[in-house]
Formats: sequence, C-alpha cells, structure tokens
Amino acid sequence: MPAEGGILLRRVFPVPPDAIDQAGQVSTEVRRILRSVGAEPEVVRRAGIVCFEGEMNIALYTKGGRIVLVVRPEMVELLFSDRGPGIADIDLVKQPGYSTAPDWARELGFGAGMGIPNMEKNSDEFHIFSRVGQGTVIRATIYRRRHDLG
Amino acid sequence: MTLGEVTAALGLVPLVDPDPGRPVRWGFCSDLLSDVLAHAREGDLWITHQRHLNVVAVAKLKGVAGVVCVRGLRPSEEVRRAAQEEGVPLLTTQMDAFELAGRLYRLLSEGE
Repeated sequence: MPAEGGILLRRVFPVPPDAIDQAGQVSTEVRRILRSVGAEPEVVRRAGIVCFEGEMNIALYTKGGRIVLVVRPEMVELLFSDRGPGIADIDLVKQPGYSTAPDWARELGFGAGMGIPNMEKNSDEFHIFSRVGQGTVIRATIYRRRHDLG
Repeated sequence: MTLGEVTAALGLVPLVDPDPGRPVRWGFCSDLLSDVLAHAREGDLWITHQRHLNVVAVAKLKGVAGVVCVRGLRPSEEVRRAAQEEGVPLLTTQMDAFELAGRLYRLLSEGE
C-alpha cells in the first residue's frame, strides 16, 4: 500500500441513485482536476473512462454512493463505494457481456456488460470488495509511470 | 478530411458545430455506450441512435470528432446545450446507420 504522506490531492464526489442524467459530471470534473495537476494525457484518458463507468454503475444499480479521487505522485486512485445492493458473484460481473441492467437502461445504451471489464482494462490495479445487502467498494489504481520501466 | 468537409460531402445537418475544422479519422457505429468507451478512437465520427445527455459525456471522454444521430433523430435542447458547452459537435441525418456508415467508409477510404 502507498504511504499516506504522498497524497497530493483528495476529492470526494457524492453520486445520487437514479440520476443518470447527471452521471458523467464526476468523470468530467475528475478529468479537469487531473489535467490541472499536470497528469499525463493517457492517465487522464484512462481515469476518465474508469470514473464514467463506475459513476454509471452507482447511478444505475445502487442506492447511491460516492467516488473518492486520490492523486499521488506515482499514481491516481479512484475509490467507488455504494450502499448496496452488493454483488453476489464478482467473477461473473467481470465477464464481458454479463449484465443485470433493466430494459429501460439497455434502451439508453447501458447494460452491455462491459462496464466493469472496461474499468479493469483501464486500471493497473483493480479490486472489488462487496457484501450482498450492504454495498460494494471498488478500488482502481492507474500508475502515472509504467512499472515495466523497472 | 475535416468534419466540415465530411458534413458537406454527405449532406449531414449540423446541430451543434463548434469546430468544423477538426479532423475525422474514421467512423464508429454503436448504440452501446460501453462499447464506444472501449473501442472508439479519438477522431472517429460516432454514428448512433442514442441522443441523451450521457452521449455528450462519452463523446467528450473519447474525443470523437462528432456524433451523428441517424434517421432524423434530434437530441433535445438540453442535450444540444450540453454539447455546446463541452465542445462536442452534434449532427443529424435522414440516412439510416447502414447507409451513413457505408457512405462514410467510402468517403474516408477513397479520400473523395
């Protein structure tokens, strides 16, 4: 785990349930913040996608939650937490094509079963913690410098 | 080709037109937002039936050249305003997605 002392910036964004028209606002703000602190364009791009998908998941499927952005010199972390319903089978939701989206959401182009795979693909570290009936926490980490350099 | 050139060549109708000079690299045809997020590339012209507010957010995230709503679909005033604020070009056409994709493919392949 990274040292607490290395935090350059921490911001908390509440995400209300059912407000899909507002969803996208947090990712827009996160991208703006990351650009303003000089994050690399590729990091901004990946964080924007991770944040948008996570934000949509909270808005579409949960009773509301929040997103925490933490910027460190070497990485950007996005923490998504919600108040339920929780995910019973985490391996299943990581499978492309699996979705529990209702028909109305599918008609709007959601529910392709690609949200969580997209989040994982655009993260360097990706962890889901969930308890059915209580809620879900997702931690996505994006390195600002590639680890394969060393 | 620029967005303005593609618009003229295919007879598209611009609804929000902040930057006709931006380059159109290729096209991308999808109604699934996560599919666009995963596979569209910067500079693609996005052909879709979707016209709600999240389309603007996805278009902005991916840096697409613009969004074309097919079959005469028109985004609401609210969506157009958001697109204007975010600098996302919105267009419409009476063509269906198949015809528009085909004509755009030919245009960009042959550099007409």
